[in-house]
Amino acid sequence: MSDTLVEIQNLSKHFTVETNFFGKPTSVLKAVEDVSFTIQKGEAFGLVGESGCGKTTLGKMLVNLYRPSSGKILYDETDLTALNEKERRKYCKDIQLIFQDPYASLNPRMTVGDIIAEPIRINHLLPEGKVEDRVIELLNCVGLAQHQRNRFPYEFSGGQRQRVGIARALAANPKLIVCDEPVSALDVSIQAQVLNLLDDLKDEFGLTYLFIAHGLNVVKHISDRVGVMYLGKMMEIAPKKELYSNALHPYTKALLSAIPLIDPTKKKERIILQGEVPSPINPPSGCRFCTRCSRVMDICHQVTPELKEIMPGHYTACHLYDEQNTSGQQ
Amino acid sequence: MLLEVNHLKTDFKLKKGIVHAVNDVSFGIEKGEILAIVGESGSGKSVTSLSVMGLLQEPGKVVDGEILYKGEDLLKKSEKELQKIRGDQISMIFQEPMTSLNPVYRIKDQIIESIMTHMKLSRKEALARTVEMLKTVGIPSPGQRANDYPHQMSGGMRQRVMIAMALACNPELLIADEPTTALDVTIQAQILELLYSLRERFNMAVLLITHDLGVVAEAADRVIVMYCGQIMEEADVKSLFSNPMHPYTLGLLNSIPRIEDESGERLYMIKGMVPNPLHMPQGCPFSDRCDRCMERCTLEMPELKEVGGHKVRCFLYNQEAGKEADDR
Amino acid sequence: MNQVKEAKKPLQAERNADKPESQVKAMWEALKTNKAAIAGMYLILILTVVAVVVWASELMGMRILPYDPNDSDLSQSFVAPNSQHWFGTDQLGRDIFSRVLDGTKISLFVGIAAVAISMTIGVVFGSIAGYRGGKTDTIIMRFMDMMLAIPSILLAIAFMAALGKGIDKAIIAIGLVSIPEYARIIRGSILSAKENDYVQAARVIGNNDYSIIFKHILPNVVSSIVVRATLGVSSAILDTAALGFLGLGVQPPYAEWGDMLGRARGFIFSAPYTLVFPGVAITITVLAFNLFGDGLRDALDPKSRLR
Repeated sequence: MSDTLVEIQNLSKHFTVETNFFGKPTSVLKAVEDVSFTIQKGEAFGLVGESGCGKTTLGKMLVNLYRPSSGKILYDETDLTALNEKERRKYCKDIQLIFQDPYASLNPRMTVGDIIAEPIRINHLLPEGKVEDRVIELLNCVGLAQHQRNRFPYEFSGGQRQRVGIARALAANPKLIVCDEPVSALDVSIQAQVLNLLDDLKDEFGLTYLFIAHGLNVVKHISDRVGVMYLGKMMEIAPKKELYSNALHPYTKALLSAIPLIDPTKKKERIILQGEVPSPINPPSGCRFCTRCSRVMDICHQVTPELKEIMPGHYTACHLYDEQNTSGQQ
Repeated sequence: MLLEVNHLKTDFKLKKGIVHAVNDVSFGIEKGEILAIVGESGSGKSVTSLSVMGLLQEPGKVVDGEILYKGEDLLKKSEKELQKIRGDQISMIFQEPMTSLNPVYRIKDQIIESIMTHMKLSRKEALARTVEMLKTVGIPSPGQRANDYPHQMSGGMRQRVMIAMALACNPELLIADEPTTALDVTIQAQILELLYSLRERFNMAVLLITHDLGVVAEAADRVIVMYCGQIMEEADVKSLFSNPMHPYTLGLLNSIPRIEDESGERLYMIKGMVPNPLHMPQGCPFSDRCDRCMERCTLEMPELKEVGGHKVRCFLYNQEAGKEADDR
Repeated sequence: MNQVKEAKKPLQAERNADKPESQVKAMWEALKTNKAAIAGMYLILILTVVAVVVWASELMGMRILPYDPNDSDLSQSFVAPNSQHWFGTDQLGRDIFSRVLDGTKISLFVGIAAVAISMTIGVVFGSIAGYRGGKTDTIIMRFMDMMLAIPSILLAIAFMAALGKGIDKAIIAIGLVSIPEYARIIRGSILSAKENDYVQAARVIGNNDYSIIFKHILPNVVSSIVVRATLGVSSAILDTAALGFLGLGVQPPYAEWGDMLGRARGFIFSAPYTLVFPGVAITITVLAFNLFGDGLRDALDPKSRLR
């Protein structure tokens, strides 16, 4: 048995923005373009990037909210993209999602108890008589009191709602949880509570996380490996320590440097990226980052760099590290 | 002192009771200074800024205190006088740059309109100033982009437009309410850099409202930490970060995941959550979450006192109570 | 795990402060403060009681009304309002007070039945169009647009022409005519509700389309349906009156407000009371449903309730 839980192969998702009169697409948004990586059992894989980089689209493909345009998602060696809708739904309970916005992700007309019980009932995980006990157990797991199960979401604060969202995800006994920016909508003092809770639950239930975030600081705390995306492409993948101490891709370096330091005495040398993220409808040719990169070369405008293993476990997609260039650059 | 707020109290009268959203808050801003008010949701930081601008909406109302701008009390001014000051001498930028721009007008028309209401300029001159301001805030090819509609711009660009609009009439005070919260990290870095350079260039004072201590550390000169409508601590930015005194400030600083932290250990947590404003704990509002809560904290409200260059609202730094704390 | 448990205690303590509040109760609280809506509600209640009492007494063969509403007495025609005939009598000498009260049951019944028809069909088509999207949506909604393009009373008359006269046909005609309104409202609500995170969450945990629509989307758009239905009753009552006025609705001798108006229109100057009282009855009923519907819309909005 392999240690790989999910293997993503050349996954792409294109959205049709406009069609002509005959229904042929004339303008296509390439949200995710040819992305491959693996998630090991029991690890937390951090996925980082700015808005529009495709990280959320990628997460939503894993939980069956979007169908991939091409590529494969191998879950425990089963290709999920090859299944029909009904068979695909059977895998829903294995891969769960925690949403970014705790205010929008809970049905306002259901009690918290019903919200948490729903995955159990739909997937017939337990006989009806045992559902309530399980709900109480889950509430306790996420730090809520059992009497709160009869309340409606609007009676809860943001942090508590996010705990409900976590309990709902846990209810299905998932193997993998996709956490889509689970703390970015929360207050600072509550963020730490939720991050620690996620950390604890991972150990307690042997979970695997795909942890999506826009900032590198949150991901650093919880992840074992980190992938950096930009405009639908994977730019760099590395173990956490390696990435933070020895980032290779110029985009990763800029992202790291953009994080404000919690120390006003240390004004660091900042790489301020020029310009904006280009539109994913009309991405630049060659390397997607070439319009903003400080170390751009001629080749970057023409050839899309491949994601290559530069050091063991450390992958990057950048022409700076092409074999013919390495001697000149380093 | 450019702006001086004394004992400001703002209440929200709700059906279920009265919420003291801002409770006896006093502070001042000097010319050219960046003062940050940092706090979580419900801390009253945004209500403070809205009170200063006179933009509070029902059911919110300033019930006490004074807001002195260049020595004149803004609370005593009529709506018409306030409109003259707003946008001309005091400007504001908001968190959500999409909803603060009118989607049916070109951005140049929106900026020209605000220039022409406050400055005696012809339309042509106002247009020239618009393009100049867009250039100042770093919008490439400003002449062309001025003809864009808001939806044609990205979030970062729209925030720049908002800043350009706010700066168009040379305000002396800019109130920036979470100006970078809706933006990506690389864009946030750009906008903070911009705010900083504009301050240098125009010697403009900035009241920066934020929940992000990282932004505070990057941009501010002085910091006010608010919690449940009250100032908990006020200090110079360097001193606040190197020597936080109030347990709440300390807790906030410790609970942020830090990029430079190598240990990978559990994050520090402030237990519990912000109390319901209708059911405030007795005594210090932070007492039910504080690690160093003493009996006295649950009974009476500590005063905001000057201790070692900081202003702190905590019994730990009260002389009698200080002994008690040392004895432990 | 230790710290998590520590955090639990204050959470409990904090929450014990407020008692759980049921949604219906909260809605009622919001509705209670709206005086106009409460007035409308009482009016509807009174009208319903009148209709039920009149109907029940008719079934049991009792006479509660001062006169038989359908009994003509030509010697008593055009009596001005007096102590015997509170609202006067019409051209056939029938007591207008009794006829107005008797008409309540028909108007309410027609209004509610017609709304039930249009709501059921409209919700089904609107849900399918909104949730499925694409070609299904285009076909259903273009058909609805076609129906909307024809003035509703004309369409109802056309239906009546095809179906024949009579109260049952009037109900069907009025019901069919307003289907597009419900379909459009539901489609719009579903289109926006579909994008909500909690609907996506429902998919993630393995719901199929059917349970997503019925469990997660419809309960959240029910407020717009209820409001529309309440307001719809009033427009259905107006439509019934219009058909009655044109002589297409209820057939004589049964009392129906619109029919009464229609038959009395020749005497508007000589005996205005023959028109005024049925007219006032229509106005009050329509107003009652409109006031109540508006109040409900405000009360059902969870955001307005938090205030």
